[in-house]
Amino acid sequence: GCPKDDFQEELVIRPLHSGDIYASFQFRTLWETDFMRGNKVSHYRLFPKSLGQVISKFSVRELHISFTQGYWRTMQWGQPFLPSPPGAELWVWFQDSVTDVDGTWKELTNVLSGIFCASLNFIDSTNTVQPSASFKPLGIGNVTDHRFLRYATLPREIVCTENLTPWKKLLPCGSKAGLAVLLKSEKLFHSSFHSQAVHIRPVCQDWQCKTTSWELRQTLNVVFDLHTPGQGKLEWSLFKMFSRTLTEACPLASSSKIYIDITDDPQGEQFEVSPATHLLSQAMVLGDRRTFSVYDLTQQITFGTVRSLNLLIRWKSRDMLRPLLHAERYVAGYGLQTGEIHTLMYNNHPYRSFPVLLLDSVPWYLRLYIHTLTVTSKGKDNKPSYIHYQPSKDRVRPHLLEMLVQLPPNSVTEVTVQFERALLKWTEYTPDPNHGFYVGSSVISSLVPSIVAMDTNSTREQPLFSSFFPCKEESSYFMRVYTEPLLVNLPTPDFSMPYNVICLTCTVVAVGYGSLYNLLTRSFQIEEPSPGLAKRIANIIRKMRGVPPL
Amino acid sequence: MLAIFAVQLTLAVLVTSVFACIQYRPLLFFSSGHTNNWAVLVCTSRFWFNYRHVANTLSVYRSVKRLGIPDSHIVLMLADDMACNHRNPKPATVFSHKNMELNVYGDDVEVDYRGYEVTVENFLRVLTGRLPPSTPRSKRLLSDDRSNILIYLTGHGGNGFLKFQDSEEISNVELADAFEQMWQKRRYNELLFIIDTCQGASMYERFYSPNLMALASSQVGEDSLSHQPDLAIGVHLMDRYTFYLLEFLEDIHPSSKANMNDLFKVCPKSQCVSTPGHRTDLFLRDPGSALITDFFGSVRKVEITMETINLTEPIQQTYSYVDQLPVSEIIHQKPKQKDWHPPDGFILGLWTLILLVFFKTYGMKHLKHIF
Repeated sequence: GCPKDDFQEELVIRPLHSGDIYASFQFRTLWETDFMRGNKVSHYRLFPKSLGQVISKFSVRELHISFTQGYWRTMQWGQPFLPSPPGAELWVWFQDSVTDVDGTWKELTNVLSGIFCASLNFIDSTNTVQPSASFKPLGIGNVTDHRFLRYATLPREIVCTENLTPWKKLLPCGSKAGLAVLLKSEKLFHSSFHSQAVHIRPVCQDWQCKTTSWELRQTLNVVFDLHTPGQGKLEWSLFKMFSRTLTEACPLASSSKIYIDITDDPQGEQFEVSPATHLLSQAMVLGDRRTFSVYDLTQQITFGTVRSLNLLIRWKSRDMLRPLLHAERYVAGYGLQTGEIHTLMYNNHPYRSFPVLLLDSVPWYLRLYIHTLTVTSKGKDNKPSYIHYQPSKDRVRPHLLEMLVQLPPNSVTEVTVQFERALLKWTEYTPDPNHGFYVGSSVISSLVPSIVAMDTNSTREQPLFSSFFPCKEESSYFMRVYTEPLLVNLPTPDFSMPYNVICLTCTVVAVGYGSLYNLLTRSFQIEEPSPGLAKRIANIIRKMRGVPPL
Repeated sequence: MLAIFAVQLTLAVLVTSVFACIQYRPLLFFSSGHTNNWAVLVCTSRFWFNYRHVANTLSVYRSVKRLGIPDSHIVLMLADDMACNHRNPKPATVFSHKNMELNVYGDDVEVDYRGYEVTVENFLRVLTGRLPPSTPRSKRLLSDDRSNILIYLTGHGGNGFLKFQDSEEISNVELADAFEQMWQKRRYNELLFIIDTCQGASMYERFYSPNLMALASSQVGEDSLSHQPDLAIGVHLMDRYTFYLLEFLEDIHPSSKANMNDLFKVCPKSQCVSTPGHRTDLFLRDPGSALITDFFGSVRKVEITMETINLTEPIQQTYSYVDQLPVSEIIHQKPKQKDWHPPDGFILGLWTLILLVFFKTYGMKHLKHIF
């Protein structure tokens, strides 16, 4: 028969200690079909056809693309469910049947730029890298040859309604029913952080993993600022956040739920959610056991007599669990010739140390001096146990630096490297070169020790937000942290100088040469000065009379 | 007897007239000549203070979508992002009227070329169709010989050029040649070209391909002015010509019979300060017979009938491609005589300064010997 497909949608709302509120949408479509080995798929139901055709045409094994506006502030907001760097990020694992990975990568980025209305066609060899250890497949698969992996970021990419519109059109219910009704661009982009992503990967259907199915997750994370709407009260509602309320679940969804994080206050003293619900759920997410109030939209009673659901959340200020790992990055130095990149990684665990993988991809026009690379923790030298460095080639590929660094407990590790700025060719400057040039975020991936035992059973029914990263062991969980992108000024020529030089040279040549030429080539004759007016009239009269002139 | 004969005659007349009507209907049905509509809308300016150019383009986009042209048939090129610009006090919005009355950005917009992708090269490649094979469909102008295309350009321009992104220009000669390439490759049936820049009329001076109609917001030597600023946003929101064009188009609905002569009357000098111009000598139909919806909308004539209509004779093609404009006329086109303007004050002053310095150095007595 027809391959089974299943659609689930979920919204998680987490109030943050700074008063902001974090909403994370996830839409997941599971489809038991086989895109691999050139299998022709022609009947699409819940899975969007445009993505299905992309997967089969370009032999894609895993595809992760995200568009983010804003930077995730880990120290104020904690850890996100799905991290993403500012701008656009695309990483793809190709199947091992692909012979020309670079050519396929170029075509794939062009096609995706048309699907998502983004300038992904600017991804080329100068900003693509092949990380050897940081981006292992998140789905099933035993191909780990990093020749089939490509990773690129565009830190300058703008995210706006034109990216949200095609993203919404990929959903089975579009933006007409279910949770996607809340996605109105005027509210979503008036926020501190907005990130939308598409993740496609093959997953196991059951415990033995005899059958695989394709999973498409569309995620949207947004953090609304406390002070934007005007009032500073710690009171949020669905209508205040999204200017919409919910009236129904998506009819094509098998599950449609809203989770509200009430962990710090299950009794409801400091925290108030209305309309009240008795459904509670506990989940192990991000190394912590969290409690959630659950609203099931597939049940008609959730919407009450008014047939619409507007959740109201009120809380008093609360403490936040300090994030165990976070990072910063900045450029030091002065002038337009040299500089220094500093990356700081903070390990806030009181007694455990853990290793992190740092991935840095620096464009070729910042020439890194790797002999000046230093890694120090607590003032002492900290030698990385694994370094993979690929030097850049001018106008061909960027620097790639991957290091495995052990972070001591309760410490700051600083990685510094000096660089020199290159002078670009005239045509390589953007139309606004004085804005500066962006360096993509560093990626820090690590298995962070967790306080509670994580759930390793991947096939049990779990809420979507806790089942994104596969969990292999109980004592730690996988986390990825992105640093800020850097904005670096390159020495910029004065683009009006050619015009100025041409004008000046031509004037000098014309005036100087012209006069010199005349002085040298003209012969000078003595000439009688012309007679006055009276004499001229007299001469005319004498000529008429036939008499010689005066 | 006579009465029967009269009845028979009238019946015969009626039947023949009805029969003639049915025969005539295919001709009426296919009178417009185009079967699909495309639009290429380009904003060429970067930076926040050029907000009005993006608002101009988005207003035309909005009208064109409202009148029926789908996103797949619109190539929208915006050189900078104003809606999600960090300076925009109302993110995800672009307003055309002050006091934020009309958000022309909307909730359902698809921008095909954005940011640094809007270059002269990409624009000409879109027009002529010479794109790399991996270009997605939404970025291509897939028009054919029965397409009516609307091309709208806005930005900063001058006499004979239009500035792209503050770093390069397209000249009117290049544009005319691009349209000729489109004509020779049968990429359009009729083309309406609208430009809203300073000295916009210079951009359509050099056109020489048939079936082109052009409108500009100002003549050579005139500047197109902006309409009104919004103090909350801090920049000018629209240009005058496009503002009044938007007002005119808001009254057009898909079944409207307004024609091009109404479009030429948009924004007279009293409202626009500049003099809008138009050019119809290359357009083979009478502009009065060309409907606004022929270019701005995608109106499909659908007539449901239960009768069978025999298309016995082929529909008479009123246009044939080959001898529209004889080649010899094009080659031997005399360059237009440029009006002589007296040199303006700055040039005169500069030359006076140069001459004074020169003669001070060399002395006045050599004046007549040297010159």
